[in-house]
Amino acid sequence: MYLNQFLLLSVLLFCAGVYGVMTRKHTVLVLMSIELMLAAVNLNFVAFGAFRADVVGQVFALFVLTIAAAEVGVGLAIVLLIYRNLHSSDPDDVDVLKG
Amino acid sequence: MSATIFIAQNVFFYLIAATMVFGAFRVVTTNNIVHAALYLVVVLAGGAAQYLLLAQEFVAWVQVIVYIGAVIVLFLFGIMLTRAPMRAAEPLDNDLRGWALVPTGLLAAILVVVCIDAYDDATFGETGHAALRAIRTGEVSNAIFRGYLVPFEVVGVLLLAALIGAVVLARRD
Repeated sequence: MYLNQFLLLSVLLFCAGVYGVMTRKHTVLVLMSIELMLAAVNLNFVAFGAFRADVVGQVFALFVLTIAAAEVGVGLAIVLLIYRNLHSSDPDDVDVLKG
Repeated sequence: MSATIFIAQNVFFYLIAATMVFGAFRVVTTNNIVHAALYLVVVLAGGAAQYLLLAQEFVAWVQVIVYIGAVIVLFLFGIMLTRAPMRAAEPLDNDLRGWALVPTGLLAAILVVVCIDAYDDATFGETGHAALRAIRTGEVSNAIFRGYLVPFEVVGVLLLAALIGAVVLARRD
């Protein structure tokens, strides 16, 4: 197996995530796209760890996983708060800072 | 390194990779928000399967437990609590659909060129070890609790802060 197989799969997943962040109209879907990008990064970490026959890739993938879980928790709390205050879950409606 | 060993791995890699790419594509295009969460499960399960192919067991099972078990449930909670339309009448994409393809395609092109340029035909097992040495859980725990103890504790505190922050933000008062 080539290392590039995993790197290119990770590129595809990451770009799907970027596209989702730019186009999705529901905040939860934007968070899901961010999770997609984090999963792509994790695949890179693990692939490089296996490539170097080193345990570090796995350790950092675990840290990324933890931080992704924390991010989803806080992110969904913020989404709920926005929904409660603005009665909308479209990120385009959150424009109260616009002059 | 005989190439024959890798035939089964390659077959499974491409099967799983095709599933993951299809799932990722549906996550960012589907019009049903619950389906998006379920396609995300497909992508994350595929990721766990790729980790198993790479003989990195521990992170694979952590991915199954934490991502598929916990994060997806959180997403479903988020969907229910924001009363998202289960079957949206209008599309869930904004009108940037066409324009967003430009930076996405550009990013993909740059990353593909960089990957191919840097790791053109690098294969696993090049670094003098047997191909794809399985990394056991004991080694992971040794690495975390010896070399990476401080980052581990910091991540623990961060998780606690996120927990309290989420409760403070989301509670009604």
